[in-house]
Amino acid sequence: MEVGQMQRQWVDYTKSLFLEGLLDGQFLQLQQLQDESNPDFVVEVVSLFFDDSEKLLNDITRALEQPSVDFKKIGAHVHQFKGSSSSVGAQRVKNGCIAFRNFCEEQNIDGCVRCLQQLKQEYYLVKNKLKTLFAMEQQIVAAGGSIPMLEISF
Amino acid sequence: MGVGAAEAQFHVLAVDDSIIDRKLIERLLKTSSYQVTAVDSGSKALEFLGLNDQDDQGTIAEAPSVSLNNQHQDVDVNLIITDYCMPGMTGYDLLKKIKESKFLKDIPVVIMSSENEPSRINRCLEEGAEEFFLKPVKLSDVHKLRPHMMKGTSMEDEADIKGVEEIQSPEKTRTQYNGFDVVS
Repeated sequence: MEVGQMQRQWVDYTKSLFLEGLLDGQFLQLQQLQDESNPDFVVEVVSLFFDDSEKLLNDITRALEQPSVDFKKIGAHVHQFKGSSSSVGAQRVKNGCIAFRNFCEEQNIDGCVRCLQQLKQEYYLVKNKLKTLFAMEQQIVAAGGSIPMLEISF
Repeated sequence: MGVGAAEAQFHVLAVDDSIIDRKLIERLLKTSSYQVTAVDSGSKALEFLGLNDQDDQGTIAEAPSVSLNNQHQDVDVNLIITDYCMPGMTGYDLLKKIKESKFLKDIPVVIMSSENEPSRINRCLEEGAEEFFLKPVKLSDVHKLRPHMMKGTSMEDEADIKGVEEIQSPEKTRTQYNGFDVVS
């Protein structure tokens, strides 16, 4: 595949992530902060997000398995997850956290368990999509091309 | 010193317990040519600023390296930007401690928060915060910081500082400060 084709594929793929609501405008902000002096900024931030998220999901899972559920602690984890997903533009994960927080406040265990499942699905979905996107970027750069600048209006 | 440099290197202390947000704010600030120190807690921030956070009555034991003249500190910080929600010391607690300190009270403080709560915002502004940014913080927010940057200890002329305060105008006209050198 030649570079132009790869770039068009990248543009289409990125646009689809926005159209599906997986990503929001904050992701564009991250891309705008990337330049020749910081060419890996987006990958670096998102990698931190992946590490942080998986730890949080584990902590929440374990907390829900306890005989006496500490909703306050879970709420704190969810709050952190909401913050980080919001900061990278992972919109559906962020929204999942908002729903989860409500169940925590109601101390609704079933609601929390269901929310956690949903949240895991959304998280792994966006993680896979972003990894695919980053792989495309690597291919473009390896072929001597540059990653296009996206202009998307909301 | 400082007057000749077109882009005086202002030093911002960023405080946030989230590693993702620290990375983000650091990049946002560096893009605007600020020097950045990022710490993950209010107590680390106070430590960096030279305050010993060991007080019972609201008076802070000042580290011996801090002298009394012109608020001279070992560390030159022109602005502090802090997250509100942090374990242990919140951004609000940190703001209070800074404003209660003889040596630090004139350093402008900006609060960031993911929650758009009017009572929280008002409380922070009343305690002396210059701005309140909703997270996620954007480049356009960071552009609002420039008028607040405190002239460092190299600035002996108080009139210059007054000049900065006079230029400060209501929020709507802030955008005109983009790329504007606030030097009298």
